[in-house]
Amino acid sequence: MMRVAEKAKSEGNIKIVEDATCTFCGCLCDDMVLTVDVDAKKITKAKNACVLGKALFLNYEEEDRPFALIGGKEATTAEAVEEAAQILANARFPIIYGMSDTTCETQRKAVGLMDMLGGTIDSTTSVCHGPTGMALQGVGESTATLGEIKNRADLVIYWGGNPAESLPRHFARYAVTAKGMYTPNRKKDRTIVNIDVRHTKSVPVADIFIQVKPGADFELLWALRALVKNRHVDPNIEKKTGVSLKTMKDLVERMKNCRYGVLFFGMGLTMTRGRHFNSAAILSLGSDLNEYTHFIATPMRGHGNVTGADTVVAWQTGYPFGVNFSRGYPKFNPGEFTATDMFVRGDADAGLILASDPGSNFTQAAVDHMKKIPMIVLDPKYTHTAKLARVAFTTAHYGINVPGTAYRSDGVPIELRTCLDSKYPSDEEVITAIYRRVEQLLIAKKRSKGANNKRQKAA
Amino acid sequence: MGSTLRIVNGRVHDPANGVDGKTRDICIKDGKIVKSVPPKTKCVDAKGMVVMPGGVDIHCHIAGAKANIARKLQPDDHRRDIHRRMELEKINTRSGTGGTVPSTFTTGYRYATLGYTTAMEAAAPPLLARHTLEELDDTPVIDKGFYILMGNNVLLYKMLQEERHEEIRNAVAWWLNATKSYTTKLVSPGSDEPWKGHRNATITQLNDKIDGFEQLTPRKIITSMVNTVDDLGLPHPVHIHCNNLGHSGNYKTTLETMKAADGRRIHVTHIQFHSYGGKPDGEPTSKAPEIAEYINNNPNITADVGQVMFGKSTSMTADAPLAWMLTRYSNDKRWVNADTECESGCGIIPFAYQERVYTHALQWATGLELFLLSKDPWRMVLSTDHPNGGAFTSYPRLIRTLMDREFRKQQMESVNQRAVAKIKRGHHMEREYTLQEIAIITRAGPARILGLKNKGHLGPGADADITIYDEHEDKELMFSAPRYVIKDGRLIIDNHEFRNNHEGKILHVSPLYDEGIEDVIRPFVEDFYTIRFDNYAVSDHYAPRREVIPTTKQ
Amino acid sequence: MDKTMILVPGRTTKQGVGLIDSKFKKDYREATTTVEINVEDMARLGLEDGCKVKLRSADGVVTVKCTGRRTEDLPPGLMFIAYGPPTSKLMGKDTAASGMPLSKHLEVELKRVS
Repeated sequence: MMRVAEKAKSEGNIKIVEDATCTFCGCLCDDMVLTVDVDAKKITKAKNACVLGKALFLNYEEEDRPFALIGGKEATTAEAVEEAAQILANARFPIIYGMSDTTCETQRKAVGLMDMLGGTIDSTTSVCHGPTGMALQGVGESTATLGEIKNRADLVIYWGGNPAESLPRHFARYAVTAKGMYTPNRKKDRTIVNIDVRHTKSVPVADIFIQVKPGADFELLWALRALVKNRHVDPNIEKKTGVSLKTMKDLVERMKNCRYGVLFFGMGLTMTRGRHFNSAAILSLGSDLNEYTHFIATPMRGHGNVTGADTVVAWQTGYPFGVNFSRGYPKFNPGEFTATDMFVRGDADAGLILASDPGSNFTQAAVDHMKKIPMIVLDPKYTHTAKLARVAFTTAHYGINVPGTAYRSDGVPIELRTCLDSKYPSDEEVITAIYRRVEQLLIAKKRSKGANNKRQKAA
Repeated sequence: MGSTLRIVNGRVHDPANGVDGKTRDICIKDGKIVKSVPPKTKCVDAKGMVVMPGGVDIHCHIAGAKANIARKLQPDDHRRDIHRRMELEKINTRSGTGGTVPSTFTTGYRYATLGYTTAMEAAAPPLLARHTLEELDDTPVIDKGFYILMGNNVLLYKMLQEERHEEIRNAVAWWLNATKSYTTKLVSPGSDEPWKGHRNATITQLNDKIDGFEQLTPRKIITSMVNTVDDLGLPHPVHIHCNNLGHSGNYKTTLETMKAADGRRIHVTHIQFHSYGGKPDGEPTSKAPEIAEYINNNPNITADVGQVMFGKSTSMTADAPLAWMLTRYSNDKRWVNADTECESGCGIIPFAYQERVYTHALQWATGLELFLLSKDPWRMVLSTDHPNGGAFTSYPRLIRTLMDREFRKQQMESVNQRAVAKIKRGHHMEREYTLQEIAIITRAGPARILGLKNKGHLGPGADADITIYDEHEDKELMFSAPRYVIKDGRLIIDNHEFRNNHEGKILHVSPLYDEGIEDVIRPFVEDFYTIRFDNYAVSDHYAPRREVIPTTKQ
Repeated sequence: MDKTMILVPGRTTKQGVGLIDSKFKKDYREATTTVEINVEDMARLGLEDGCKVKLRSADGVVTVKCTGRRTEDLPPGLMFIAYGPPTSKLMGKDTAASGMPLSKHLEVELKRVS
């Protein structure tokens, strides 16, 4: 079956791969030109990559690590599949978590595995823009693909995010210095605003910086909504938010009078007091402004394919994350079926972590529980989670060794090119193998249960 | 496959082959209908049953970026309508959720359960075709295809402005190939530029100038695309959602649009929403008689009705300004807008049609009028513009409404009477669709309009997609629970039970084009899109099972 | 001397680059164990660049190094550190039924070590 045609030129041992995609962050830049030393199995140059992309490609190496570890001891992939399948088939409340750094093809199979097992599936969305997904359910959203912003946006507001460090090419490729159809003069055709609690590295590109008090984003957003709708706002808002009414009114005027406005927002809103209320407030502000002009509000997303994860889970189940199948159909309940809560409360009795490192990123109470239950990990790297796992698979890198689909933060799907083979299996191969083995184990379980029932009846 | 099957004793309705209720055998071999099979072949006894080709849905919104946002938007809609995983003898099915925008597996199973075996996703921006194909790949049983949005395509506008017609033809062909899609879809041509670029302005007349493209008008776009698709010889013509959907007085726009086709083939979709009289910004009235008459008299025009069904719906459309307008009339204010660079827009709003509301009752009655006034059921086929007018699970109720005038009368008496009073009285109001006519508007007609020679009929060579219904006086009951459903010769529903899973295929076109057009498209994509040109086209990976439907030039 | 401050964990390019290489290696560890503190706060608390401090939240305690930032960049009362195992230890476990624990604006007490 034909994948995207390879766009590579070879000269002896060196291969140049064009139009490769970097999967580090949600920018999903697909204009990488990679110089590959095929014999050394290294990528020696990554033209167009930012500092994060360069790290991703240039640090790549085919490590000489075991294919798998079971209880810290070396094992084959096949042995690990058996162990993992036994763990999952015997669990009563298993969870698959992660999924943001693997292909959609893998994500689809992972959901299928939990569907079969009556388990739970959650992605890193729940600790990223899950609150925004919840906000969408409450208030809707006005959004656009990034090319619209490049071509049309003359007012760009960054709120609670630091793309200079987390999405380094965001400014150049999409929103600040990008040259577009109606923005031929790049930054001169745009006004950039930055709203944050501190002066980040993203502030220098901004024409206007608004410093807001920590934990007061909701109040500021709500005040802006009120001003957009020409309502009176009590001046005590200034003390609450640390922002003057004058500044707010000025911003509102700019927002109402622009031709195409954008609110980009990040973890500063989703991870702080208010969470989904903050997201809902900014999404509502964006939607409200459409009474006056064309306006969008859209999240900035930090991982290569976290958008793919909620896209896949949503089309297969109807819900974006935190989905449980215990009753034989999908149920959605953040707080009940989200990974942090399932580990913190000690509900999960087995976990499969796919392309993520909660052992390092999750709160201590969750990590403590993960240490107590059988965990399975699939990752190209040896991570904190792999350290505490019962079964750790080494898998190949998506976008370098493994082809597949990834969704950019604005929902544009891109087919990843590969540039090097790997001896390790892909995430998809491992999940598929586990699925098949679990299927067999469940059938066997059913048969023996049936046989036991017969025996009991006969007795 | 090698397997054979014979359906015996059923009353066959195969309008394309002139079979109107005769009892005859249908023979199946290797997934196709054949003239005969060996005598020892397994039989399905269809005594007392009606045998029809599998249903063909010519216009629905079931897969892709737009559908997925609508799914994400409405967990409330899903909670009420769960779809359990089934562990059956031979297969396990996937679980899911329903409502007006079901999850993908549920969509496939439910279409199959209704006896539908082919469905066409009506609108995908080409840039996001990959997403539509991924979702269709997770939509089991049915065969499917999709239409790509080209009526608000900025590069095509540039070409049209400079009258580069040859290039337009090659570009459209390139786009169809690059996305593995079925035809070009126009949605409110010309309306995206003012919406996105002019602070949410709208365009209302076919002769209005388009923002940023002063030489262009919606009429020019329509004419150009109708000609282009006709020249390419695509099996299905331009599929158009006319300008001014939902606005009072819009029937004039619809008539103008049909006239702009100038005798060439054109398919006007969900035409009910485009059949209103009344003053702009005033109350709508029905102009179904005028629209029906025009279509009756002009054989180059085909249409699907886009019937409104009372109850919950989701307005989900590439007509972004329309969705914004609807927020005023919906109790649910969760509005979604989603622009796709250089190509299209999208608007979503949860909705509900209520019997007591004048406008909704008027819309419902207008749709029925179109059905009842249609002289040629081959050219006025069934749809609800799922989920805009109502979910596809409401098709059985709609069928009953068309076949059973007593049922229809009861409903007429229970809706807003002021609206009913606006409907033209006449002989047609007593009309009852026959089984044969239903077979036309739900299978044979859509297949013919789509140019699918192997669908919608039961003659030798057709795909063995067959639905067998128990004869029932209550037609809603009859059509909601087929006894047997066969897809590619496989029994999917066997005696009402879901028996076998199946993966359908993607139906798409692959018209010839001059590859030199890539030298024109490439620089445009690299300048004004945000992906690389060589990453744009969809590889075969996304349509592992597919069938190319030839153009008339191939 | 104790002092309650607001800690803002976030991404930095150094942390991002570091995690690619390995979370067990020096660059990542350094990035995620260095807290930025407003210079006026540092002066008031008797801290200097590079000295070790204990950060204690309701949920955990970690020891990190500090470095100063001007008031224009980091207002008094606020501290910044790159995401990593130390911030995970300080993070709360209550998601308020949202799935999201509060990972930013953590209230911590600051104490000089040694």
